[in-house]
Amino acid sequence: MIQILFFLFAAVAVGAAINVLAQKHVLYSALSLIVMLTAVAVLFILLRADFLAMIQVIVYAGAIMVLFTFVIMLLNLPRDEDGEDRLQWLKFIGIPLGLFFLFLVVATLWNVESLRAAPPRLIGSPEAIGHSLFIDYLLPFEATSLLILIALVGAVIFAKKDL
Amino acid sequence: MRYVTSFDFILVMIKIVVIFGGVMAALAYLTWVERKVMARVQMRPGPNRVGPFGLLQPLADGLKFLFKEDVIPTNANPFLYIAAPVLSLVPALLSFSVIPFGPWLQVSDISVGLLFIFAITSLGVYGIVLGGWASNSKYPLMGAMRSSAQMISYELSLTLSVVGVLMIANTLSLAQLVESQHGRWFGFIPRWNIFLQPVAFLVYVCSAIAETNRLPFDLAESEQELVGGWHTEYSSLKFAMFMLAEYANMVTVSALATILFLGGWSGPRFGPFWLQAGLPTFWFVLKIFVFIFFYVLLRSTIPRFRYDQLMKFGWKVLLPLALANILVTSFIVAIS
Repeated sequence: MIQILFFLFAAVAVGAAINVLAQKHVLYSALSLIVMLTAVAVLFILLRADFLAMIQVIVYAGAIMVLFTFVIMLLNLPRDEDGEDRLQWLKFIGIPLGLFFLFLVVATLWNVESLRAAPPRLIGSPEAIGHSLFIDYLLPFEATSLLILIALVGAVIFAKKDL
Repeated sequence: MRYVTSFDFILVMIKIVVIFGGVMAALAYLTWVERKVMARVQMRPGPNRVGPFGLLQPLADGLKFLFKEDVIPTNANPFLYIAAPVLSLVPALLSFSVIPFGPWLQVSDISVGLLFIFAITSLGVYGIVLGGWASNSKYPLMGAMRSSAQMISYELSLTLSVVGVLMIANTLSLAQLVESQHGRWFGFIPRWNIFLQPVAFLVYVCSAIAETNRLPFDLAESEQELVGGWHTEYSSLKFAMFMLAEYANMVTVSALATILFLGGWSGPRFGPFWLQAGLPTFWFVLKIFVFIFFYVLLRSTIPRFRYDQLMKFGWKVLLPLALANILVTSFIVAIS
């Protein structure tokens, strides 16, 4: 049962991810991204990480993507034209980079195969995540939040040159 | 791992039928309650032609919606235009799957029930946003954009306002949240979270009204400036689905407020055995109804906010209040 669900939602996630790139209209791409993020949330549930799944939907599908759609509607972006693409050369860099990334992922998975035998239970419970965020990895966690704050201030300064 | 027997399966099916049927009937009659109460506030009789006290009005409305012509505007995006009401209604109804209407009347008590409701309702905004965009018309688009900005702003304070309660109750399961509020202080004050978290309760109620797009925060709809907001172009059953979703969301946020702050199904118990079995559900529904009544009173008495006032109120009043509440609560919880 879990295996069937896994392959079903994995297929949905991959299909939606491809659709993000294939769609010509930005809004359709954004909608496909929402489907992809929600499908990944289901994969989290199958891994017994309910908390992560819900956070995934609340933060990504429910908040960040709403902002995406808001900006798309605000700018009212036209349909992506088939004509001359200014970023044509990116294709030639993107393909090798993608292959390199795939190689990295496969190499990593190859090395952790021994861990697959016993998935740690309740790794995704609120207690476990709170423990790792606020006790085990407190310094990296706070450093990351500082980094996000810096990005936020930077974006505000870019947007409003004369405050 | 617990295996699901066929008995469990049948039990869950019965619960789904009871809750779904009850909720749908309640949603239909909420329209009657709203029209009747609003009429009374404005010194009008309200619907009184169909049946005694106009009690058959919801049925007449439903039939009327069925027989109306279903218009899809020429320049609309047909796929999204049809999908939007569904995207609006399905999440609104899904959240009833985890709400405990009584100790035994809950479809599924999942460990992250509260977050599930927040996740599902945060997806409900796409129905409004896409409906407004797919109509390909000025007013719906403006309504949709206002709605998405408003939802993002008020979802923050809505979610943050319940953190204090979670720190006291130490759980995310809705049934356990209710059970944590059983008992009394000094023998007569019910052990409800509203007395421990009054600020959080106020912030929650304000943000909840904004989240459900009700007056005085119904900027997405505001019929005086935007005709009908995001559903201007909708007619027939699609419009009815949007309305149903709005009422369902109202019931959901009221139910959440009851569970989080007013002790859920707890209340005085008396009478014979058969009465005691039904009393918790009765108290729960009664508390929800108080909230709905308050909603309707607000709608008929308070004028709409201006858009900039709405944004200022969300970001400069509610959000700091919610954050301060978390700070104070965590301090007290850490000490005691």
